[in-house]
Amino acid sequence: MKNRQTPPDVARRMLHGIMRVRLIEERIRKLYAEQEMRCPTHFSIGQEAVAVGVCAHLKREELITSAHRSHAHYLAKGGDLKGMLAELYGKATGCAAGKGGSMHLIDRSVGFLGAVPIVGSTIPIGVGAALSSVLQGNPLLTVIFFGDAATEAGVFHESLNIAALHKLPVVMVCENNLYSVLSPLSVRKPEDREIVQLAQGHGVFNGQADGNDADAVYALAGEAIERARAGQGPAFLEFKTYRWYEHCGPLEDQHLGYRPPGELEAWKARDPLKLYAGRLRQHGIVSDADIAVMEKTIDAEIDEAVAFAKASPFPTRDQLATHLYAP
Amino acid sequence: MSATASTRQLKFVQALNEALDLCMTKDPRVFIIGLGAPDPAAIFASTKGLVEKYGPTRVLDMPVAENAITGVALGAALRGMRPVMTHIRLEFAMLTIDQIVNQAAKWHYMFGGQASVPLVIRMVVGRGWGQGAQHSQSLQSWFAHVPGLKVVMPATPHDAKGLLISAIEDNNPVVFIEHRWLYGIHGPVPEGVYRVPLGQPNVLRQGRHVTVVATSYMTLEAVRAADELAQEGIELEIVDVRTLNPFDETLVLESVRKTGKLIVADTGWRSVGFAAEVVARVTERCFGDLKAPPVRLTLPDVPTPTTRALSNYYYPLVHDITAAARRLAGRPAKPAPEIKPEAFLDVPDPSFTGPF
Repeated sequence: MKNRQTPPDVARRMLHGIMRVRLIEERIRKLYAEQEMRCPTHFSIGQEAVAVGVCAHLKREELITSAHRSHAHYLAKGGDLKGMLAELYGKATGCAAGKGGSMHLIDRSVGFLGAVPIVGSTIPIGVGAALSSVLQGNPLLTVIFFGDAATEAGVFHESLNIAALHKLPVVMVCENNLYSVLSPLSVRKPEDREIVQLAQGHGVFNGQADGNDADAVYALAGEAIERARAGQGPAFLEFKTYRWYEHCGPLEDQHLGYRPPGELEAWKARDPLKLYAGRLRQHGIVSDADIAVMEKTIDAEIDEAVAFAKASPFPTRDQLATHLYAP
Repeated sequence: MSATASTRQLKFVQALNEALDLCMTKDPRVFIIGLGAPDPAAIFASTKGLVEKYGPTRVLDMPVAENAITGVALGAALRGMRPVMTHIRLEFAMLTIDQIVNQAAKWHYMFGGQASVPLVIRMVVGRGWGQGAQHSQSLQSWFAHVPGLKVVMPATPHDAKGLLISAIEDNNPVVFIEHRWLYGIHGPVPEGVYRVPLGQPNVLRQGRHVTVVATSYMTLEAVRAADELAQEGIELEIVDVRTLNPFDETLVLESVRKTGKLIVADTGWRSVGFAAEVVARVTERCFGDLKAPPVRLTLPDVPTPTTRALSNYYYPLVHDITAAARRLAGRPAKPAPEIKPEAFLDVPDPSFTGPF
């Protein structure tokens, strides 16, 4: 990997991005307790640096797809916050008109093609988006986000083979957070084989980096994205990171006992937000005052979006059968 | 119609081929992807000549990765392409149920209308010459059960072309099921682009005595039965379903109100199948018009056996339609033809030789 320094303006933008996802999701956690957001919700807290570090490279028109844990990807790609919160409340103003919920975010205006909770399902869809751009003679980068478990699905291998075969402008980003629901990697893959080795078998550009270090994500993603944009074919990147809360829902789940003692604490000590804020302060890229302003601005944005979502109307009954078929 | 006399006769498969060709000419967004689509056999000649004419970026072969390729086609469709995916046997689409049922069928609805999936998935249903349990399934009822999918089964060369053009132009995922035994039949097929609208059954033959609602190859069998019965003064009215989802039962109800007798002949299995759906709609909507209990002619609820000694008793035959119609019409039964286990009922006509 080339030695790539994150430019200071990008670093500030990434810190803001990580902080924004964190503060939005912390707010959702609080509001979720009101039992008004009635949809399965998978929180990205602890994993924000991957989404933000990758998306920091992307142009508005470039595409991404995501899976069940999609909030960070949606927000990092520039997805509309009001539309997302209204969607979680099931409102007509939601990004999917209330018919999708947290597991079905979409914002085509910023290249967020869609997210679905069936593990692995959006991988070929993202590959197809990239293929269409090549068939149309106007190659367009597609970044496909998924978790460690998706690499166990056949469709992942089928898709990576197709992307490699057609040398498509695809970057697959695997957020390895060590668990699929409550099942650890140890029951899902051989101990001595890293996930990234699967991509080596497919002969594509690949790499592995610390998913809690925004700069490391930015550097590796940058290399893969430049190659893909330049027509040098797809890439597979594995970022190790960690989910702090339960698989689905806003609560801690230490009582379930599936995480080894001390594991959560060790990862929390490497909180991607604190890590990055500390580094940027240390290098004089941001000040405490800058951070305070960021927090205040984001909080105000969230206040406004929550108010919008809560005040928005539900879809009317006549919407039940609309959108069954496209006209 | 004076034009009828001069209308060309084409085979069903030629009609399919012409529909693909015309759609590819008029719309650069249309492309074909399927295992063997550009190979010399060309999916029983349905894609014949297309790779030569349009090149390998519009007629794509593929890795044997049906599930991912269906997702790839879906992803391309989301961005405005109009993929036509081809399965040489319907069973290979079973590997892609996630992409068809969870994804393609749902993307328009679950994203509040912001995504649409103009995707055609052609599936060929095999029969005969020992196709057996995994090269013969007619699973239209499964697909028709899923909201958001359109399910089409043409029965004539005319409709094969007109329905396929409509399917390719449609902005939704369309499961297009082709029966292998229809590929060789001839019929009038107009030149140029024309459309048979999705969602509209067709009264293929008018008659006063018994309504036969039929799908796919069973429509052809119904026509044969009607020809035979006409000599006995029994008139069948044949409603060719053509589109199973969305299914517009209007013509069926009109017909049953006239005849009071209903036979449903479907190429699929009996239980929880499309024939049951037709019977249910008729009994719900015009129970009082029925003069006899409706009859379903379907496959028995067992997998397809390979040996002709068993498959000879598996598929409903013309005789089953004529016998049911005579009974419903109050005519005396005729002795059932003896079907010998070794009889060669496993080809649609003598021009077929195996393997196919």
